[in-house]
Amino acid sequence: MNVHNPNFLLMVEGLTVSFDGFKAVNDLSFYVEPNECRVIIGPNGAGKTTVLDLICGRTKATSGSVNFKGRELLSMREDQIVHAGVGRKFQTPSVYEDLTVFENLELSYPKGHSVFGALTFRRDDKVKTRIKEIAETIFLEDLLNDKAAYLSHGQKQWLEIGMLLIQDPELLMLDEPVAGMSVAERKKTAELLNRIIQDRSVIVIEHDMGFVADIATRVTVLHQGKTLSEGSMERVQNDPKVIEVYLGH
Amino acid sequence: MFSDYTMNELGAIFAMQGFAGLILFSVFVLMALGLAIIFGQMGVINMAHGEFMILGAYVTYLTSNLFADYLPSVFGLYFFVAMILAFIASGALGLFVEWVMIRHLYKRPLDTLLATWGLSLILQQVYRSVFGAREVGVSIPDWMMGSLPMTDMIEVPINGIFVMVLATGISLAVYFMMYRSSWGLQVRAISQNRMMADAVGINTAWTDRLTFGIGCGVAGVAGSAFTMIGSTGPTAGQLYIVDTFLVVVFGGAASLLGTIASAFSISQAQSIMEFFLSGSMAKVLTLLTVVGILMIRPQGLFTLKLRK
Amino acid sequence: MESSSNRLFSARDLIGFAVLIAIIFVVLPIALDGFRLNLFGKYLTYAFVAVGLVLCWGMGGILSLGQGVFFGLGGYCMAMFLKLEASTPENTSIQSTPGIPDFMDWNQLTALPAWWEPFNSLFITLIAVILVPVVFAFIIGVAMFRRRVGGVYFAIITQAFAAILTILIIGQQGFTGGVNGITDLRTLKGWDIRSEEAKEILYFVNGGLLIVCLVIAQYVRKSKLGRLLIAMRDQEDRVRFSGYDVASFKIFIFCLGAAFAAVGGAMFTLQVGFMSPTLVGIVPSIEMVIFCAVGGRLSILGAVYGALLVNWAKTSLSESFPELWLLGLGGLFIAVVMVFPNGLAGVYAEHVEPRLMALLGKSKAAAPDSAANETPAE
Repeated sequence: MNVHNPNFLLMVEGLTVSFDGFKAVNDLSFYVEPNECRVIIGPNGAGKTTVLDLICGRTKATSGSVNFKGRELLSMREDQIVHAGVGRKFQTPSVYEDLTVFENLELSYPKGHSVFGALTFRRDDKVKTRIKEIAETIFLEDLLNDKAAYLSHGQKQWLEIGMLLIQDPELLMLDEPVAGMSVAERKKTAELLNRIIQDRSVIVIEHDMGFVADIATRVTVLHQGKTLSEGSMERVQNDPKVIEVYLGH
Repeated sequence: MFSDYTMNELGAIFAMQGFAGLILFSVFVLMALGLAIIFGQMGVINMAHGEFMILGAYVTYLTSNLFADYLPSVFGLYFFVAMILAFIASGALGLFVEWVMIRHLYKRPLDTLLATWGLSLILQQVYRSVFGAREVGVSIPDWMMGSLPMTDMIEVPINGIFVMVLATGISLAVYFMMYRSSWGLQVRAISQNRMMADAVGINTAWTDRLTFGIGCGVAGVAGSAFTMIGSTGPTAGQLYIVDTFLVVVFGGAASLLGTIASAFSISQAQSIMEFFLSGSMAKVLTLLTVVGILMIRPQGLFTLKLRK
Repeated sequence: MESSSNRLFSARDLIGFAVLIAIIFVVLPIALDGFRLNLFGKYLTYAFVAVGLVLCWGMGGILSLGQGVFFGLGGYCMAMFLKLEASTPENTSIQSTPGIPDFMDWNQLTALPAWWEPFNSLFITLIAVILVPVVFAFIIGVAMFRRRVGGVYFAIITQAFAAILTILIIGQQGFTGGVNGITDLRTLKGWDIRSEEAKEILYFVNGGLLIVCLVIAQYVRKSKLGRLLIAMRDQEDRVRFSGYDVASFKIFIFCLGAAFAAVGGAMFTLQVGFMSPTLVGIVPSIEMVIFCAVGGRLSILGAVYGALLVNWAKTSLSESFPELWLLGLGGLFIAVVMVFPNGLAGVYAEHVEPRLMALLGKSKAAAPDSAANETPAE
């Protein structure tokens, strides 16, 4: 059943998780193509964040399969999933407040991930160049030596995106990347996201419909842990089921 | 190893051992109840828990002396007065400690652990200065002395039965407070979602202080009960701390039923093993088993599977 | 900044190390008589534990209340070797079974237990001093960290181990010497460790080993692993989803802390001449945490001063005012949590160093490059 189809980067099939009988995600299937930007929308409690948690291994699935480039992710540890090429950004910015921006990025640099590797890791020119490059992308090049604790909310979000970028994942999962941002920051972030989703697949959870329309290749609408509707933004917006769920609430 | 005993004797031994296990069970339950409230519901590690119990024991000791000196006619009843006073004394100290120390440390559980350890050292020294380094015992009222003969070979000490009755009574009281009172509802609400509880108008700061105070008060009552089966010294509290925490953690921290179930299994395991092995080896094996199981199942016996 | 914190020693670290080396190797030996020097040597064995705790607890957020177990295992391994050497058939000819340690004879043992045999060899003993505690720490670490047990649960379980080991040692007195411990240790390969001269040499060996441990700790602190520990302490999930196997780092640092403690324990046995369960249990284990906290939970050098200061205060106070000592120690636990979360190192960095710098006419800008680390755990 779980044969890899080269047309898809990620194949989620029959994914289910139950918490004491409550199925937060219920027999969910969807497929993500290379270079696609998939946006997941849905009312609160639809299971959006849980889906990302399941894919990246933060929550253990009850049944189903998540196939990424021919590998089954459900049986892998979180760090192995990251090394397979899946990056995850959390809803609330999670950066290392006690470390500088530079150090934050350095820890995400894809080298020296074992105990021995971390002990012998050298901060060579290649590392420094790459960190500066990323810092420019995320508008933080002047703040490299500041502690992350002193950054604004929006800057922390960018930093976390930068920490993912430096790993260069093939699949990037973003949980509400523009939530809590000022209008100006939001605009800058949209610009940033538009740039970084070019050469990879992205799954985004987002509520801002204008933003969604701007970036989405395809949209999946989740409702009570199941797919309610899937397709282009236009199609989804005109789907009577979606209208009922959103307006009926 | 059984060949030396007749069947009758064996039966009696197991019955007595089982009864000893039940007394140990009651002791564990009494020790753990206060902690189950404080650690289980608030997530606060109170390393001075044993010292709050000892305070209750000393209050009982003082009350018994007072009754002996001034009210000898009703001496048989002093214990019930002592229990109430023990609850008030330990509870009041708990409220004070929460106000001075604990409330500043809610977000730093490891620091709470160290600070309360410091508190336990201070209390130990205070007890030693006030009551002396020697252990003190209370005079047990006459009606609690002696044993009840069950059969011609099995007899059970009355003070043991009394402790069991107390443990049952206090467990029921705690159960009703936790699950049937508005305070209990608030405590459980806070332990599940502090921000939300705050938002719906629960005075979380006051509920925390009250919870800590009640937990300490229950510890005081437990200490009071212990005077019926043993003597009290300034450092006696420290002996209980590992057992008590293991009972609560093993039961699954947030579950009252789990605490009682784990107190039961640990006490039975220990008293049965004590029959076959030396006391210290029985203790080592019991602790190792508990720790081993906790390593396999760190969430304890009873827990809810929650959505993160 | 990027390059300076990449070096093993900043100028500030170098000064700190130089001052400590001067104190251990010059000031104390000159200022103290043989008896007091030996006492300070004993205090310094606790510094090993405290330095390990800085790495585990201060940086990694892993609070172990069972460091006494590792200290004790290291110390007992050493003591077993010394005891066997002291129990020659000639020395023990009055026993009913000559040639075995006296406490075994008292407990009606008639032969050396098999697991004591390897400790006839100094080489194996020296390996065991490190290996036994580290393997034990590894087993605990794998079991706990793989299952993501941390924080207070880890603290309670390690404390339970301290209790278990104490009860076990006391209960099995025929094999362990019981509550008295292993006493009456005399020579190391024929070299009388009780002589004044030997004690002085052992003090310097101890100091040397401590400096080695400090350099290792400094290397770890300055490596990427050091920054990872801090990152894990504050945002464990983010580290995990940056592709690190968090558990393996915790296991590593816990084992390293255990190894440090074990070296301290072995040096304790050599300098003090005995090992007993009273050095292993719950109370000494949690006191070791206070050495680290007083020094400053994030400062490896501070940990050494913390161990020295608290133990010195303990000796001076508990001789003359035992009541005061317990009150003082209790107060110290509360104070380092509520008032000085960064301990002596914090006080130094905030109050002493700026004034010192002003005095020396240097600009304040040269100050802490380790500032990134100076916030308490949790």
